[in-house]
Amino acid sequence: MKLKLYVADRQIVRPGDTLAVIEEDGNQGFKRIPEKHIYLVDNNIYSDVFGVASVSENDISVIPFNSVYYPRKEDVVIGIIEGIGVTSWEVNIRSPYKAYLNASDAIENFNPLYHDLKSYLDIGEMVLAKIVAFDRTRDPLLTIKGKGLGKIIEGIIIEVKPSRIPRIIGKKGSMFNLLTSKTNCEMTVAQNGFVWAKCPDEYRGEVLTQAIKLIDEKPHVRGLTEEIKQFLEKKLGG
Amino acid sequence: MSESRPRLIREDGLRVDGRKPEDLRPIRMEVEVLKNANGSALVEYGGTKVIAAVYGPRETPKAVQLPDRAVLRVRYHMAPFSTSEHKSPAPTRREIELSKVIREALEAVVFTDQFPRASIDVFIEVLQADGGTRTAGLTAASLALADAGIPMRDLVAGVAVGKVDGVIVLDINELEDEYGEADMPLGYAAGIGEIVLLQLNGVLTPEEFKKAVELGKRGAERIYAQMKETLHKKYLAVLES
Amino acid sequence: MSITPQREPIMPKLRAENIIKMLKKGERVDNRGLYDYRSISVSIGIIGKAEGSALVKLGGTQVIAGVKAELGSPYEDRPNEGVLQVHAEFVPLASPSFEPGPPNEDAIEVARVIDRSLREPRAIELSKLIVQPGRLAWVIYDDVYVIDHDGNILDAGMIASMIALAVTKLPKLEISGESVKINREVKETPLPLNTLVTTVTMGVLGDILVVDPSLEEESVLDTFISISVDEKGRIVGLQKKGLKSITPKTLDSAVEIALKKGEQVLSFIRKVISSPQEYMKW
Repeated sequence: MKLKLYVADRQIVRPGDTLAVIEEDGNQGFKRIPEKHIYLVDNNIYSDVFGVASVSENDISVIPFNSVYYPRKEDVVIGIIEGIGVTSWEVNIRSPYKAYLNASDAIENFNPLYHDLKSYLDIGEMVLAKIVAFDRTRDPLLTIKGKGLGKIIEGIIIEVKPSRIPRIIGKKGSMFNLLTSKTNCEMTVAQNGFVWAKCPDEYRGEVLTQAIKLIDEKPHVRGLTEEIKQFLEKKLGG
Repeated sequence: MSESRPRLIREDGLRVDGRKPEDLRPIRMEVEVLKNANGSALVEYGGTKVIAAVYGPRETPKAVQLPDRAVLRVRYHMAPFSTSEHKSPAPTRREIELSKVIREALEAVVFTDQFPRASIDVFIEVLQADGGTRTAGLTAASLALADAGIPMRDLVAGVAVGKVDGVIVLDINELEDEYGEADMPLGYAAGIGEIVLLQLNGVLTPEEFKKAVELGKRGAERIYAQMKETLHKKYLAVLES
Repeated sequence: MSITPQREPIMPKLRAENIIKMLKKGERVDNRGLYDYRSISVSIGIIGKAEGSALVKLGGTQVIAGVKAELGSPYEDRPNEGVLQVHAEFVPLASPSFEPGPPNEDAIEVARVIDRSLREPRAIELSKLIVQPGRLAWVIYDDVYVIDHDGNILDAGMIASMIALAVTKLPKLEISGESVKINREVKETPLPLNTLVTTVTMGVLGDILVVDPSLEEESVLDTFISISVDEKGRIVGLQKKGLKSITPKTLDSAVEIALKKGEQVLSFIRKVISSPQEYMKW
C-alpha cells in the first residue's frame, strides 16, 4: 500500500485531520480501524483522535494523548476489589467495564458454604491479574493463577494514564530497564495504567514515582529516555 | 417591551457592539481546565462563557445501556448567576431541549460503537449567558471530547446566525437574539463538511436562509480552525515544558 | 431520609493505610504540615453579569460563587430586613461521583453552613437592604458552584462566597412613587458588611486534626469538624460531620487551631478585597 503522507512521524493530529492518501485505486466507502485510531473514506486516511501520528514506511496510526483503558484478553492489569458476591469479586480495572474474579479461581476447592470471600480479598484490596476472557457482550473475567499474579500486599502503586504504558516500557524495554537498574526497584507494569514497585528503601520509591510522573506528564517529548536518565542520576548518583 | 426595542444596525451599518455583519466576537478557548474530568474545555464567545466536561467511556446503569454501542448522556445547564435575573437551578424545558439537540449533534461524529454498554457523559455548564450559549456549549463539548481521547470523525464548531434589522449577521449576542427577527444556531463539522445541529427560531426568506447557512458555515470554519489550533498549542506547551 | 453513604471512589487499601500511617507521624502525602492549607488562588469578577463573583481554587478544588441581587418580599417575621439565600450546586462536571439532579444532602449541608456562618454574626447588615418595609427588599442570592472536587468544598465555597459578597455592587434602584425598578446598567453600592467570616475545616483522626483535607484524605478520614470564625475572633458557627465521634479534648484543640488558621484565611480575604484589580484575571 503506497501512501502519500500529509503528516510527519510524531506530529500532533486531531480528530478529522487528513493523515495520508492511498495512491492506488480500489478503496471505496467508509472503513474504520479502531485500534489504529484511523478511518478511511475512499482513498483518504483520517485521524479519529487527538494524539500523535506514528508513521512508518507503509503504515500509519495515531497514539492518543489520553484514553481510558479498553480491556484486551491476555492483558495483565491491577484491579481494586469493589464488591463481594457469593461466588465472585467485582473488580475495578479503570475501564468502562467492571471485571469479575471467580472465587473458584482464588480459593482451592471453593464452596460458598464454607468460604468467606471477604477473608481472602476485601474491598479496597488490590490484585495483579490477567484478563482471560472479554468481548463486546461480556464483562472482563480475571484470573490470579499464574506467576507473580495475586493479591498485592506490599510496595507502592503508581497511577498513570493508560496511554502512557508503552512509554514506560520503552522501545524493547529500554525505559523499563533504565528505571529498574537505576533505582534497584522491582517493577511490574499493568496495562491499565498502574505501576507496582517494590523498592529497597522509601527514598528510591519516591525517586521512581517522580520519574514515572515525569513520563506521565510529557510522554512525547524528544529525548525523554535521556532526560529520565539524567534525572535518576542526579537523584541517585551515576 | 416593544417600545424600548433598540436599533440593532447603526447608521454606519455596524452592529450594536460595533461588529460588521460577518464578524465573530472575540473567542477564547482553553482545554484541560478541570482535574477530575477525563476531558474539559472552557469556551468564551464575547460575554458568553461556557465550561464542558467529559466523563467516560464509563460504566453506566443497566437501565440506560445499549448492547451494541455507547450511550451519550448530555446535560446543558445554566448556572443561577449566568443570566441578568437569578435563574432557578432546576432544569427548564429549554435546557432539556438544548441538551437533546447538542447530544444529537455529537452523536453524528462520535464513534460510539467501540464501547458497547458504556456511557460517554458530557456536562455543559453555562457560567455566563450573552447569546449563543448552545453553540458555544457545542464547541466546548467537542473540545472536551477531543481532550478526553474519545474517537470521533471530526471536531464540531457551533455558531448562531441571526437576522437583525433585516441584515443577516454572524454570532449574535444576547441583545440581537432578544430583539432580532431570527436566530439560527448551527453546528458544523467543518473538516468533513457536515451540518450536525440546525435550528431556526424566526422567519427568513429562502434567499436569506441560504445566505444564513453560508455565513454560518464560514463562521464555523473559523471557529473550527481555532479549535484545532487550541489543541495543537496545548501539546506544544507540554512538549516544551 | 438520610442514608449511610457509599464510599466513593473506593481507595486502594495500601494507599489508605499509607495516608493514615503518615498522618499519625504528623506527615501528609502532599508534604503539607497537619495544619497547612493548600495554596489558595482567587479570580474575581469573572461573571460580569453577576453583581459579585469569585472563583476560588483551593488546591485542586475549584468553586465559583456568584451573587445576584433581585427585589422581592421580606420574610413576614422580618419585615425590616433584606433576604439572603445561599444555595450550593455540586454539578456533575466536578466529580465522577456527582449526579445531575436537585442538590443532595451534602450540597444542602454546605449551603446551610455557609448561610448560618454569614447570618449569625450579621456579616451582611440585612436591615440596610430593606427598600419598603414589609413590602420590598433586596434578595441576595449567593450561589456556590463546585466545578472541580478535590476535597474541602465547604472552605472553598465559604471563601468564594465571602469574597463574592464583599466585591458585590448592588444595581441602582429607580424609584418613582410606588414603582421601583432595577437598573443593572449602573452597579455602585457595595453590600453593607459588618465582618468577614470564614470556616476552618479539619479532618479528625483520633486526637489528630488535619486542616483542609484533600479528597484522598477525606476518603480515609471518617470525621470532620468545621468551625466558623469572624474578624473579632469569635466562633460564629460549627458543624461536626462524619461517622465517628470527637472527644472534648480534641474539640478544644480544634477551636484553638480554627481561631489561628481562620485569622490567616481572613487576612488573605482582606488582602484580596482591598486590591481587587490584582485578582481580576482568569
